[in-house]
Amino acid sequence: MSGYLAVLVVVLIFVVIFQIAKASEYVSILKGEKKTRQQANRVNGTLLIVFLVLGLIGVYYCNDALKGRIVMEAASEQGKGIDEMIKTTLIITGIVFVITQILLFWFAYKYQEKEGRQAFYFPHNNKLELIWTVIPAIALTILVAFGLRHWFRITSDAPKEAMVVEITGKQFNWLIRYPGKDGQLGRKDFKKINDANNPVGQDWDDQLNKDDYMATEMHLVVNKPVKLIIGSRDVIHDVGLSHFRMKMDAVPGIPTTLWFTPTKTTKQMKELTGNADFVYEISCDQMCGAGHYSMKANIVVETQAEYDAWAAKQVAQYAVANPAPAAPAAPATTPAPAVDSAHQEKVVAVNEAKH
Amino acid sequence: MSNEATLHSQEVIHGVHAHDHGHDEHDHHHEGNFFSKYVFSLDHKTIAKQFLITGIIWAIIGAFFSVLFRLQLGFPDATFPWLESILGHWAKGGRITPEAYYALVTMHGTILVFFVLTAGLSGTFSNLLIPLQVGARDMASPLMNCMSYWAFFLASVVMMTSLFVQTGPASGGWTAYPPLSALGDASIGSKIGMDLWLISMALFVVSQLLGGLNYISTILNMRTKGMTMTKMPLTIWSFFFTAVLGVLSFPVLLSGFILLLFDRHAGTSFYLSDLFVAGKALDHEGGSAILYQHLFWFLGHPEVYIIILPAMGMVSEILAVNSRKPIFGYLAMVGSMFAIVILAFLVWAHHMFVTGLNPFLGAFFVLLTLLIAVPSAIKVFNWITTIWKGNLRFTPGMLFAIGFVSTFISGGLTGIWLGNSSIDIHLHDTYFVIAHFHIVMGVSAFFGTFAGVYHWYPKLFGRYLNSTIAYIHFWITLIGAYLIFWPMHYEGMAGMPRRYYDYSSWESFKQFNDLNHFISVVVIIVFAAQLMFVFNFFYSIFKGRKVTTTNPWNATTLEWTTPINPGHGNWIGEIPEVYRWPYDYSKNGKDFIPQTVPLSPEEEKESH
Repeated sequence: MSGYLAVLVVVLIFVVIFQIAKASEYVSILKGEKKTRQQANRVNGTLLIVFLVLGLIGVYYCNDALKGRIVMEAASEQGKGIDEMIKTTLIITGIVFVITQILLFWFAYKYQEKEGRQAFYFPHNNKLELIWTVIPAIALTILVAFGLRHWFRITSDAPKEAMVVEITGKQFNWLIRYPGKDGQLGRKDFKKINDANNPVGQDWDDQLNKDDYMATEMHLVVNKPVKLIIGSRDVIHDVGLSHFRMKMDAVPGIPTTLWFTPTKTTKQMKELTGNADFVYEISCDQMCGAGHYSMKANIVVETQAEYDAWAAKQVAQYAVANPAPAAPAAPATTPAPAVDSAHQEKVVAVNEAKH
Repeated sequence: MSNEATLHSQEVIHGVHAHDHGHDEHDHHHEGNFFSKYVFSLDHKTIAKQFLITGIIWAIIGAFFSVLFRLQLGFPDATFPWLESILGHWAKGGRITPEAYYALVTMHGTILVFFVLTAGLSGTFSNLLIPLQVGARDMASPLMNCMSYWAFFLASVVMMTSLFVQTGPASGGWTAYPPLSALGDASIGSKIGMDLWLISMALFVVSQLLGGLNYISTILNMRTKGMTMTKMPLTIWSFFFTAVLGVLSFPVLLSGFILLLFDRHAGTSFYLSDLFVAGKALDHEGGSAILYQHLFWFLGHPEVYIIILPAMGMVSEILAVNSRKPIFGYLAMVGSMFAIVILAFLVWAHHMFVTGLNPFLGAFFVLLTLLIAVPSAIKVFNWITTIWKGNLRFTPGMLFAIGFVSTFISGGLTGIWLGNSSIDIHLHDTYFVIAHFHIVMGVSAFFGTFAGVYHWYPKLFGRYLNSTIAYIHFWITLIGAYLIFWPMHYEGMAGMPRRYYDYSSWESFKQFNDLNHFISVVVIIVFAAQLMFVFNFFYSIFKGRKVTTTNPWNATTLEWTTPINPGHGNWIGEIPEVYRWPYDYSKNGKDFIPQTVPLSPEEEKESH
């Protein structure tokens, strides 16, 4: 009912505007074209300068209202560089923005048509044009130089001591694999994928795979560089790490990497943001299908001790996939695998729910 | 009117050879039957109107789709039972499903980028203005011109059909990245809807090529006597560069689409490798999903200039006319457009900084991308200098032109952020990108289009649009556009990803729920204002105030030397000869000197 009412109101507003518009057209014909134009000029000229003033106030107000909703402090070493770049660029573009908008609207207001005034015939001026070619060129050179310095630093090879975590995208969640004690990830093959117990297609013939374990959330150590090996099982996804200011596509068939050094633990971020529910989230930043918006995984950044305690509890995927009683090294005790297979079921269930 | 005899002796025949036989011998008011006049017309002005009206219809649909998905974003918990009545099971219970949401987003992008701002914008104004402003009876090939429109019409029919198939239209984003767009099992929109999308786009490319080649050859070969390249209005330069861009880049897009069709149906693996979809491993191996992105963006980036260049050209012209002042730095304006065209081909990979692109290669794309800011800055400063010390008339066209400069500055500056790869890592695929490109090529291009429609409406229909509605339209649109897109920069800075159906479960992004609500409300108001424009447009065709003089804006260019309602062939009698550039406003104490006026002896002396 209220819907129809709303439509009715809109239609009525339309009709009223239309009637006014028609009436004002008759009036303008009576008044004569010149007088009408002068009047429209005055009104719109005034509105332009009002728009400029209110607009600039609006920009300030908008910033005031929204800046608190962005976590302004990057949570990684590399992110600090990006924040610095953003600040430099903001200052340069901000100055240009304010000056050009003021000139545009102020000139429009100031030079509105006046009887008896003639426009200034000013077809070109080489000196002026040279100035505003060279100054932007210099400003941009500075930005390019700073930008590339950060870019090469960020995209450089990860340090040798970096921990390695593999993250694989699939519709619609993230599969996280740790290399285990040997620190090396085992081979995988997409033809060996089995959603029941081998979600990334690990090759069990590869000894390196024996201690690799899958995790539901990514645990990282504060101030320790981490290198992500990124892949995808189906379509293109993207590992989006907004708090660390990092991002990299997950492309099927082409592994990509990124590395960063988290500098704040989850606990510290809870205090910093004043949000007890704060959590580092991995978002999928590349359109990947109907469940794109729900493709999430969490990251926990913690101290080395906390991390070690967590890692010790993890069970190798090999043990989950091959619960052979004959395996002497892996005591297939009931509790641990049970937890893990429960997690697998959960993953599958979540997937199904999303389809 | 005394020299109608001249008209029918030779000139018209020269221009409209291919037209129906009855035309040449009879009075020029006789325009053949209904079909040859309104449907399969060869007259560039009629074809321009066809492009414009088709574009308007698509714009309403595309904008309405954005209203629908903004309802979801702004009111994620609300239900709208009327949605179910129009969308059926795609909005079960009055709430749009994720599948429908992605279909709407995809179609919104496709429709507005290609069908409205490419076909609707340059299709309309290139067709209308090229012959009229260079002084030609019609296009180089009126028949190709007609085919260009009808190829676009066919593309429109196919795209429209795809909205009604059972599995829905394409829903992988307007960029249609494979493997998502290649595999029906990965997304419901990648079934038959995607095939129709590809067929429609292929037809669209055909339309663009037919049109573009025509524009180029008309501009190069059919200028009237005295119309040297440097005496052309900037509109014509912009249409010329636009057509060159389109002709060189659309074929690359087509090749990308054909490979995608092969991957979908012929079992090839151009883009596919290592896939495990719907519970089984696929046979495809060895392809690269990134290859498609290179092919797509090799058009995709020039495409944004295809959209913005015509707007730039028209805005330059409208600012000069209504400032009663020459455009400042004509040659710099042409030169900067040329620079933009060259650079447009060399920056495509800046859309791909986070695909795993070699960082060293990325560095070159950063450099070339930021270089584009230089010609863009020149244009902005020249526009501002053009209105400086002018005598400004705020016609609706002029207001939209000023609005264009404002939004082009705002959106252009954020391009400097995104073009810098290190910043792009953080902002890529967030709302910052949405804010950037909507302001710089969406809103700006629309402002350019509106400026053009308001300015040349008297030439199109011999009537004026109602200016009260026009002023209301302008102010709501300008204020609304900033209210919608400005706050999105902040969402982007928080890392809020694009193309999400719902943010409420995200601890990092849900703080913007009330902002999204606000934006959606503004979207609805702005949409209503556009409907007001549409009403004004169609109402004024029949009931608008009549134009009583051939040159209502006191402009210098040739289109205003034609009769108020020019027939096919444009000029009665000989095509006027051109003696001067199109920007002699307020020169030597005269308000304006048309291009057809010979140089005075003093001017002759100056030019030597």
